[in-house]
Amino acid sequence: MKHRYLPMTEKDRAAMLEAVGAGSVDELFSDIPEQVRFKGEYQIKKAKSESALLKELTQLAAKNADLRTNTSFLGAGVYDHYIPVIVDHVISRSEFYTAYTPYQPEISQGELQAIFEFQTMICELTGMDVANSSMYDGGTALAEAAMLAAGHTRRKKILVSSAVHPESKEVLNTYAKGQRLEVVEIPYKNGITDVASLQELVNEDVAAVVVQYPNFFGGIEPLKEIEQLTHKEKSLLVVSSNPLALGILTPPGQFGADIVVGDTQVFGIPTAFGGPHCGYFAVTNKLMRKIPGRLVGQTVDEEGRRGFVLTLQAREQHIRRDKATSNICSNQALNALASSVAMTALGKKGIREMAAANIQKANYTKNKLKAAGAEIVFEGPIFNEFVVKLSKPVKEVNQKLLANNIIGGYDLGRDFPDLANHMLIAVTELRTKEEIDTFVAELGDNHE
Amino acid sequence: MNKQDQPLIFECSTPGRIGYSLPEFDVPEVDLQDLIPEDYIREHEPELPEVSELDIMRHYTALSRRNHGLDSGFYPLGSCTMKYNPKINEAVARMNGFAHVHPLQDEASVQGALGLMYDLQEHLVEITGMDAVTLQSAAGAHGEWTGLMMIRAFHEANGDYGRVKVIVPDSAHGTNPASAAVAGFETVTVKSNEQGLVDLEDLKRVVGEDTAALMLTNPNTLGLFEENILEMAEIVHRAGGKLYYDGANLNAVLSKARPGDMGFDVVHLNLHKTFTGPHGGGGPGSGPVGVKQELIPFLPKPIVAKVNDQFVLDYDRPQSIGRVKPYYGNFGINVRAYTYIRSMGPDGLKAVTENAVLNANYMMRRLAPYYDLPFDKHCKHEFVLSGRRQKKLGVRTLDIAKRLLDFGYHPPTIYFPLNVEECIMIEPTETESKETLDSFIDAMIQIAKEAETNPEIVQEAPHTTVISRLDEALAARKPVLRYKKEE
Repeated sequence: MKHRYLPMTEKDRAAMLEAVGAGSVDELFSDIPEQVRFKGEYQIKKAKSESALLKELTQLAAKNADLRTNTSFLGAGVYDHYIPVIVDHVISRSEFYTAYTPYQPEISQGELQAIFEFQTMICELTGMDVANSSMYDGGTALAEAAMLAAGHTRRKKILVSSAVHPESKEVLNTYAKGQRLEVVEIPYKNGITDVASLQELVNEDVAAVVVQYPNFFGGIEPLKEIEQLTHKEKSLLVVSSNPLALGILTPPGQFGADIVVGDTQVFGIPTAFGGPHCGYFAVTNKLMRKIPGRLVGQTVDEEGRRGFVLTLQAREQHIRRDKATSNICSNQALNALASSVAMTALGKKGIREMAAANIQKANYTKNKLKAAGAEIVFEGPIFNEFVVKLSKPVKEVNQKLLANNIIGGYDLGRDFPDLANHMLIAVTELRTKEEIDTFVAELGDNHE
Repeated sequence: MNKQDQPLIFECSTPGRIGYSLPEFDVPEVDLQDLIPEDYIREHEPELPEVSELDIMRHYTALSRRNHGLDSGFYPLGSCTMKYNPKINEAVARMNGFAHVHPLQDEASVQGALGLMYDLQEHLVEITGMDAVTLQSAAGAHGEWTGLMMIRAFHEANGDYGRVKVIVPDSAHGTNPASAAVAGFETVTVKSNEQGLVDLEDLKRVVGEDTAALMLTNPNTLGLFEENILEMAEIVHRAGGKLYYDGANLNAVLSKARPGDMGFDVVHLNLHKTFTGPHGGGGPGSGPVGVKQELIPFLPKPIVAKVNDQFVLDYDRPQSIGRVKPYYGNFGINVRAYTYIRSMGPDGLKAVTENAVLNANYMMRRLAPYYDLPFDKHCKHEFVLSGRRQKKLGVRTLDIAKRLLDFGYHPPTIYFPLNVEECIMIEPTETESKETLDSFIDAMIQIAKEAETNPEIVQEAPHTTVISRLDEALAARKPVLRYKKEE
């Protein structure tokens, strides 16, 4: 068997077997009991050469309608944004992508410093004191935030806004089952969390109130009122936030949020059919020692030089085992690096400019549709998404749009029975006026 | 190497510089105050850097030079399977049709992506000997928790609410007990015997009506195959518990033994270990979970199914534990793993394990005269040494690890598993050549000699890195977890 990934020659094999004192390679497996030994060969596809496999997979990839050749108005938690070309060059440096977790700080200063910078950028955007090195994604980060709140407050009930991403709510429900927590939904009204219902539901049994800002419908939640009601009962306020929106919006930390989570996919990470993306997790100083996952801290070496290490590891599974604050081990380090590069490229000014372009273009589209007679369902302020009522099933409309190389919006009827035939439309900075005008024309009379 | 401090990107910032090129703003502009309520417009700009594109490239290039990856040099980190990350994987994952598709597009427009997932599921079913696989879990620990949630759902579906305990060996990965806790279980530890294997008598003692599952890595973290696996399966199954396979060490048994044939009911895989998804400096990984027939109803939803030659997402699964992650898992990593499996084929995967195991045995035998070998028998893909002989000379395992840095190596895993004193855990993998192994062995032998003749050079290591040993106590006592601009 010769293979480009397997350097062992026949001569090597003979010399090594001799050094081991074994007559054959099979002898090394003699400790596997006969009854469980696998004999024969895996019934899987035969190996292909590099060029043949590339060709096959190129053809397979071409069976997908991608966002580079089509024009997308689909968001719902995953967005088609500007990715600076430089991002892929940085994350393709194999000193980064072929390294393990930086457990040996002397030869991992590059990764550790990059994470320290990531933590800083997340704190700046969210207005929080401490951010960790990343989570799997926004949805699991939200669920872990609720777990943290339950542990911290020793309460068993989570209130979650119905205007939180439906898939995040599903993940939360699964985690809550594990920890035997009760999850209760707060209804929405006119596209945002119904504050009156929150007031009725929140009480001293509630560990956390979980909202999304901007929310799943694109609306801007009244965090000021929500914060007051939440903290009155000494519950924790968990805000899931699109970090790009925070280039313009008042950060949740400034409203008094206790935990802010979300996904940095908006910064330099391709949609990739839903993953890998990159969750972030930020807290107040008070909750620093309860945060899940890895944290990088600054310190000095024996000669007093600045350096970085993984720190406060007493929270983590490899030290604390079943008493750890979370079971997370591998996170999304390389994607956190991608987001750091994108946030660095955008910088102080670009992040605001990009966020503003999303608000402007989404509002332009909304008004254009309205002028064409479409019913815009919720009237409040939005970031880059809004809801339109159609006269036909969304799936049907989307199939027609795709025939014209347009990927239409999200079918809200999938998760909200009262919103059948409602489309959630996302407009990012990438969409041109011409693309928007074409989209509005193509939607034609499919709206009510 | 450059021993100068690399400034933080924030310290490189100069007001007025930019590093971006946003799309043209071509719609009529409206006053922002008319679109967003005043209280919700942030007052202060976030303190992000203001740098040019070249500034960024230089900064991160400098950082990368202060980092050791697998491509930089040998990385025999036990239990982490640091094998070569093939470059074709990276090329395929970046194809437009894989990198730039949206998870909520109409199924008809993503048949290529769904088809790849389906075929990967089928390949993993065959490799593990299980009956079905979900790709939704994001990493190993996430897969463990997913598997345990399914086991819990299975017991509860049988009205069996008293199964509240998960048994883990004392040599288990820390994620095992942590995942059990997150899934709502208590953890019970089962001891290892003198041969480094699970003590059957102790297992019989701890197993009972309250046992939900036994979590096991096989080969275990000492690199030893649990020879009594069938008896263990029998003991646990007879008590009504399930057997969970932690697939972190699958590289040791490809084409040699399948978890499904050993009696395991649930298995998770680490595609970023055995199947070459790069580790990325700590992720993203991917942790698919395989199950036997009777656990299929509890798989997370959706799963990819094939109906009349079309690939579909099946959500109609009433007994499912629900979602464990938004969308369908770390697709980009799954694409890499799939590409790897297709590059290797059945013969290739068999050779992977054979070469990985021979490499490990070769290193173990050559190092045995110089370091204590706690378990003197054939190992699988990794082995453990003990530094207790060197400890008597005042040289700790940590010192040996740091001294290896001076030779350009990433050290082995140290102080794990917990049941071996001054543990050094070495996993060479199959992608390393004999020459590389020999050079590393020479370095280890030299360090063993230094411990006898010149211990200071080991105790004070590393000598050649950009930074010397760091004050970890200070980092924990006075945490500085972010940069703050000096006023």
